Amino acid sequence: MKAIRFEQVSKRFPGAPRPAVDGVSLHVEAGEFVVLLGPSGCGKTTLLKMVNRLYEPSEGRIFIDDTEIRQLKVTTLRQQIGYVIQQIGLFPHMTVAQNIAVVPRMRGWKRDRIAARIDELLTLIELDPAEYRGRYPAQLSGGQQQRVGLARALAADPGVVLMDEPFSAIDAITRASLRDELLRLQRKVRKTILFVTHDVEEALRLADKLAVLRAGRVVQYDPPFHVLTRPADDFVRDLVGAQDMVRHLSLLRVEGAMIGLAGGAGPNGGPTVGRHDDLRHALSLLLRTGAPALTVMEGGLAVGRLTIAGIGGAARGRVEA
Amino acid sequence: MNDLVRAFAYAAARQGELVEALQRHLLLVAVALGIGILVCVPLGIVTSRSRVAAVTFINSFNALRVIPSLAILFLALPYFGPSQTSATIALTILALPPILINTDTAFRKIDPAIREAALGMGMPQREILRRIEFPLALPIIITGIRTAAVEVIASATLAAFIGAGGLGIYITRGFALYDTAILLVGAIPVALLAIVAELGMGSLQHALQPPRS
Ligand SMILES: Nc1ncnc2c1ncn2[C@@H]1O[C@H](COP(=O)(O)OP(=O)(O)O)[C@@H](O)[C@H]1O
Ligand SMILES: [Mg+2]
Repeated sequence: MKAIRFEQVSKRFPGAPRPAVDGVSLHVEAGEFVVLLGPSGCGKTTLLKMVNRLYEPSEGRIFIDDTEIRQLKVTTLRQQIGYVIQQIGLFPHMTVAQNIAVVPRMRGWKRDRIAARIDELLTLIELDPAEYRGRYPAQLSGGQQQRVGLARALAADPGVVLMDEPFSAIDAITRASLRDELLRLQRKVRKTILFVTHDVEEALRLADKLAVLRAGRVVQYDPPFHVLTRPADDFVRDLVGAQDMVRHLSLLRVEGAMIGLAGGAGPNGGPTVGRHDDLRHALSLLLRTGAPALTVMEGGLAVGRLTIAGIGGAARGRVEA
Repeated sequence: MNDLVRAFAYAAARQGELVEALQRHLLLVAVALGIGILVCVPLGIVTSRSRVAAVTFINSFNALRVIPSLAILFLALPYFGPSQTSATIALTILALPPILINTDTAFRKIDPAIREAALGMGMPQREILRRIEFPLALPIIITGIRTAAVEVIASATLAAFIGAGGLGIYITRGFALYDTAILLVGAIPVALLAIVAELGMGSLQHALQPPRS
């Protein structure tokens, strides 16, 4: 995983009245999941495509770790960046295995290493390798195709993954499960992810940090509950619909509202929630059990405590002690 | 039926001539198709990427096709004489449009998302053409070659009119002698060749088609 840094990046398309991206400076830490959120046409795709140089900035510079991206050969740069698009773009004449193998092959991996990697990735996206390796894209459902698209992007273990509305063309139920799966994957493989969407719920659900764009500018760059509860301006407030608290609780994760426990301990017998569960579930558990606090668990260890005050605080944008 | 029997006897009596006529015919077809493919596949890739090139070449090739092959044969005569060259020119002109149009369509039809994915994962242009675009376009290109092949196989009989040989010699001879049997000696192999080409290319195209479901 690698950090991405935008420095005063602008993009003007020839003939356009105003820049599509306008002086964006953004710092994405290594391993962070950053969502670019904003209405259609605000420049999300343009900003994303400048990272793998499908577009060149008119002004400004982009760094991956400390390397200015223009210092690399463009194909080398792209081979080190995973790219997932809404239309998926699997190669219809290649099997699932061949699709996944494209970048590893270009990078000169040995046969057995590629074969092992294909099986590892298929297992990771929960498609049985024996059954799916030899299938063609047309023989998969839309959701399965996009999971293969994701596997293909991760194939050569890129430090950065760019995702442009990857789930928008997929039905609502599958979309929800793909989001969960992406979060699960991200916990496992930890990539620096730049994810574009115009869907507020999706953004809140997925993001470690949210970059809200408007007319080519970043108007707010904060963690989701912060954006929800302390929107930078009326535009952001309207966009995220900040008044609807209950709905938002279901989009916020426990980890954003809990009080961390140093060291980690065993469970103490009271009600527990998972660190990555949503706050709405946590709140209903608190109300139902009447317990003063929930123990937050991760991997069998207690990692935090969550109180009603904490949930309320998160909802209002403060984490109370 | 009687004609068929007589045609068979006629052919049996002139096996050497028939084999040579068949070879000539196939050579004319192969050269015309070969040139058609070598010119039109690369050209079709170019026209699929440029509106101006597409309009220019597709229209002018189509315009050429409107001229009857026989007329082209006679137009070529003053320059190349009554030769295989004249016949090949006329047949090649016939072969060009279907191959060009199909190649152009095949490359245009490729989903832009597929190109974007290939480009975005760092595949060099050359390799995108070779490993992605060309295999995807191939079934439609082959359909164009199939159309061209059938047309050229049938039209190659015209070569006999200017003395360039081929199976057409039996057709012209049959006409001259008012003998259907002789005509059949040319017509039946031509029909069989056309069917073989149609079926052979059809199954090739089918085999190269990526699975749909
Ligand atoms: N290739 C292009 N040429 C010209 N204008 C473009 C191009 N791509 C995008 N634009 C314009 O730039 C603006 C931002 O587009 P885009 O980045 O695609 O927005 P988003 O992804 O947020 O919907 C829009 O006004 C769009 O019309
Ligand atoms: Mg977009």
